Amino acid sequence: MAARGDFWGGLWEKFGILIIGLAAFAAVIGLILFLVDKAPKRGRDVLQLVAFVAPALILLGVGLIYPAVRTAYLAFTNRTGEFIGLDNFVWMFTQPQIITTLINTLVWVALVPTLSTAIGLAYAVFIDRSRGEKVLKALVFMPMAISFVGAGIIWRFVYEYRAEGFEQIGILNQIIVWVGGEPQQFLINSPWNTLFLIIVMIWIQTGFAMVLLSAAIKGVPTEIIEASRLDGANGWQQFVNVTIPGIRPTLVVVVTTISIATLKVFDIVRTMTGGNYDTSVIANEMYTQAFNRGEYGQGSALALVLFIMVLPIVIYNVRVMRKQREIR
Amino acid sequence: MSSTLHRRWILPAAAASFALVLAGCAGGGSGPSADVDCADYEQYGTFENESVEIYATIIDVEADQIVESWADFEACTGITIDYVGTQEAETQINVRAAAGDAPDIMIVPQPGLLQRLIADGYVVPAAQSVEDNVDEFWSESWKGYGTVDGTFYAAPLMASVKGWVWYSPADFEANGYEVPETWDDLMALTEDMAANNTATYKPWCVGFGSGDATGWPGTDWIEDLVLRTAGPEAYDQWVAGELKFDSPEIREAFDLAGEILLNPDYVNGGFGGVDSIVSTTFNDGGLPILDGNCSLHHQASFYEAQWPEGTVVAPDGDVWAFITPKMSADDPESVTGGGEFVAAFTESDAVTAVQTYLSSDTWANNRVALGGVISANKGLDPELAGSELGKASIEILQGEDTVFRFDGSDLMPAAVGTSSFWTGMVDWIVGTRNTDEVLTFIDSTYP
Amino acid sequence: MSYANAEAVAELDEPIGQKGQPQSKASRVKQRLTSRWATAAAIVIAFIWTIPTFGLFVSSFRPADDIRSSGWWTIFTNPAFTLENYGDVLFTSGASSANLGSYFINSLVVAIPATLFPIALATMAAYAFAWIKFKGSAAIFVLIFALQIVPLQMALIPLLQIFSQVLGISGSFPAVWIAHTIFGLPLCIFLLHNFIAEIPSEVIEAAKMDGASNTQVFFRIIIPLATPAIASIAIFQFLWVWNDLLVALVFSGGTVDVAPLTQRLAELVGNFGRNQERLPAAAFISLIIPLIVFFGLQRYFVRGLLAGSTKG
Repeated sequence: MAARGDFWGGLWEKFGILIIGLAAFAAVIGLILFLVDKAPKRGRDVLQLVAFVAPALILLGVGLIYPAVRTAYLAFTNRTGEFIGLDNFVWMFTQPQIITTLINTLVWVALVPTLSTAIGLAYAVFIDRSRGEKVLKALVFMPMAISFVGAGIIWRFVYEYRAEGFEQIGILNQIIVWVGGEPQQFLINSPWNTLFLIIVMIWIQTGFAMVLLSAAIKGVPTEIIEASRLDGANGWQQFVNVTIPGIRPTLVVVVTTISIATLKVFDIVRTMTGGNYDTSVIANEMYTQAFNRGEYGQGSALALVLFIMVLPIVIYNVRVMRKQREIR
Repeated sequence: MSSTLHRRWILPAAAASFALVLAGCAGGGSGPSADVDCADYEQYGTFENESVEIYATIIDVEADQIVESWADFEACTGITIDYVGTQEAETQINVRAAAGDAPDIMIVPQPGLLQRLIADGYVVPAAQSVEDNVDEFWSESWKGYGTVDGTFYAAPLMASVKGWVWYSPADFEANGYEVPETWDDLMALTEDMAANNTATYKPWCVGFGSGDATGWPGTDWIEDLVLRTAGPEAYDQWVAGELKFDSPEIREAFDLAGEILLNPDYVNGGFGGVDSIVSTTFNDGGLPILDGNCSLHHQASFYEAQWPEGTVVAPDGDVWAFITPKMSADDPESVTGGGEFVAAFTESDAVTAVQTYLSSDTWANNRVALGGVISANKGLDPELAGSELGKASIEILQGEDTVFRFDGSDLMPAAVGTSSFWTGMVDWIVGTRNTDEVLTFIDSTYP
Repeated sequence: MSYANAEAVAELDEPIGQKGQPQSKASRVKQRLTSRWATAAAIVIAFIWTIPTFGLFVSSFRPADDIRSSGWWTIFTNPAFTLENYGDVLFTSGASSANLGSYFINSLVVAIPATLFPIALATMAAYAFAWIKFKGSAAIFVLIFALQIVPLQMALIPLLQIFSQVLGISGSFPAVWIAHTIFGLPLCIFLLHNFIAEIPSEVIEAAKMDGASNTQVFFRIIIPLATPAIASIAIFQFLWVWNDLLVALVFSGGTVDVAPLTQRLAELVGNFGRNQERLPAAAFISLIIPLIVFFGLQRYFVRGLLAGSTKG
């Protein structure tokens, strides 16, 4: 690194690193695929399989599987690294604060995927083949392009509170004042504050759901829609009997992805309330325990609870995948 | 300025000139100026192509100034100091140290964190030359914060005096208010002020908000009161964890603070009700004084930087401050304060040279002359401080009779000091926990 | 509606290889759903979704005092407009200034490889899991899928250990690339597998009958057919990387040489929250590239992720 370079020097250097990085990656992958393709017939299939799967598996093994195993072990140790059995879990379920955190996480996971997907689907259907579809899509997709840090700043201008008698600078309280209500502390008054944080996540994730579902809707063969129309189905029946089954696989993918993202939600809570006022969720509590308090054992135990919470989602998806494979 | 932090944008010519003007304001040229007198730096030796990484939570203007403060040292010794400032440093240092990727030096903002890093075996003991400096320029108690089990690890760096109560001299004059001598006077004054309450005016304005550190200004209130009501010995026991939060001494401090903080007639001028304390950022906390929406604001010396540009901070200026009063007139003067410590994670001659320089009076004078900060370094000339308040703060720190105690939450284990004590204060203000529940909650989080 | 029934409907019609003209057909199929009510509802949703960002946009042009003292909507009754915030964050130098230029470049240098690497590796792996039959394929795939839930926070220390002690690359761009690649793989593999598995088996089997190897099938059939899906998922990966804060914080070392825009944005709130007026402008600058990417690749979404496969 040019520790003392000027901006332009740094610029060329950085782009140099970028080009070299991309070229090196392309060369390595290209070479591997080329070599296994030229391998002798016998054993070529095995070699090719390895070439396709090994790079991803090695990286995952080092970067995720090993940490996951390590976390699972740490969950049963205390801060000095001694094995203490289930103590961390006992601690978890005896701390009212942690119980609240677990409940909050469940509320998040119940609301965010369903609402984001429902709104995203409705919107995708409403604007399908309408004029200005591109622009309308971009408006709802925009939050996806905003970082959580940016979203925190944006929503501050929505939820900001000033007492009665002062000029409001948050739009939501201003609206309440206009209709004659009292300004509210949206982010402080539990339990509603969790809902106001959830709204931010829904606002971000709806674009993701909308884009994927819109593409899926366009993939539903027009012949089927045509046929159902000839059978005299009205718009709603068409939607329920034709569109929904046609996009079912995509629906499963969308709900799954958003559910997992929601379980891991961390940034929104961290930047907007810091987990205060009973708004903490597991990922935030885990970070606080492990990094702010140095309680790696307790943090890891919380991570393990996250694993367990996601199991139902995994199992459901496995069943869907099995079915798909059978069909093929 | 010669540093990574100083990249020039040479995009349009206009911008470049703008940047030059600004760089000029920051007092930076590029590289060491030719007239650096290296006599002060000969003792540190000369090095070839050595670089030392300093990691800290200091960002923004203060980061520019700290980089400036060692520019001459770099030029004379040949050591390059790579400064990395990020607000996340307090959390990230745990990650970096655990992964064996620690910086050479970190400016640790809290003794509690320092103690933990030492206990985990990451910090290298300080060299003799550093210890000699600290023996010469700092009091025993300051040295003690960087010492564990008789081994000296980290020298103090900068300091701040906490417990100032900010007010507007003009407001006091217009209403005939007197600066209070004792806590009772302060409460009587508050009562007088409350007679003037309006929809927007209350005697006190308070802001506890600070991102995920929300609540820390509240701990300063409690610490000030514990030191004044229970005395320094009890304070030390409390900080060491021997005196529980749920003890009469600490409870009394909470009750006294609560008479102001939980009283809707006394707070929160310019912002709203009691619960607006937690939604108001601490940097906005005192600003209503300027609009006449409140009269008093409790905050450390560094709050000076928060006043808008052009605000005069002086006994006859727009705002000034008095130290939180003592309980009775014959008590000694007591103040709480905070500070930073310079811990090394690697051993090398260059690292030692940097540490030694940072613990010297030369550095303290260099840095304080740039403005905005103070130090408890006894070799410091108070006249160098850029402001009236800085001078007053340095004199307090150097005063022989003053009872000085370090910010308690900074000394407590991180699980309490940078976690449950903060959130406890928040819960207490919002009312989700009453005083009893808060005290038992904080006690329950002790590791 | 039962699953089997749904499948039956979905399988009603599989016009493989017959490329109809969807456009003309589509225009003939008038969706009755898009009634006036639907249009109204869509406009309401679009409006609600846009308002918060619009507020930020307006705020970024307001003077500092106004931002603190009044709401952004007052700009319509009491116009005050300044470019100072943008000037501040873009064109001043020094640690106290935003210095966004360098960070902007860093974000680009981080995001491009951190998007391409996981997408390339995930496409290869997804193809193998979908079309190469081998023992344990299903089990390994489920494992990879489950890895999505490993909280990044728990992987930070072990990975940083490897980077700093084994590879010696912590605080450099390659470290950030590798970290993002690892963390992005599970989701990318999962999403891509869904689409690659949908490609009609006849196409692939025909190629294999002609003696094509896996590599040839991959390059000649899979990549062309899955391009829309690959592009779409690349957009998401790019956005995740561009907006990430945690990974960057740990692996970039936080220096102006490597740290991305998000970190700077988080810091701009200021040590003590000074200069809040710069935040909206800085946030907007960080939005520019993601929006360009989205608009640039949007046509892939519109065509449908499975264009060119089963659905005509």
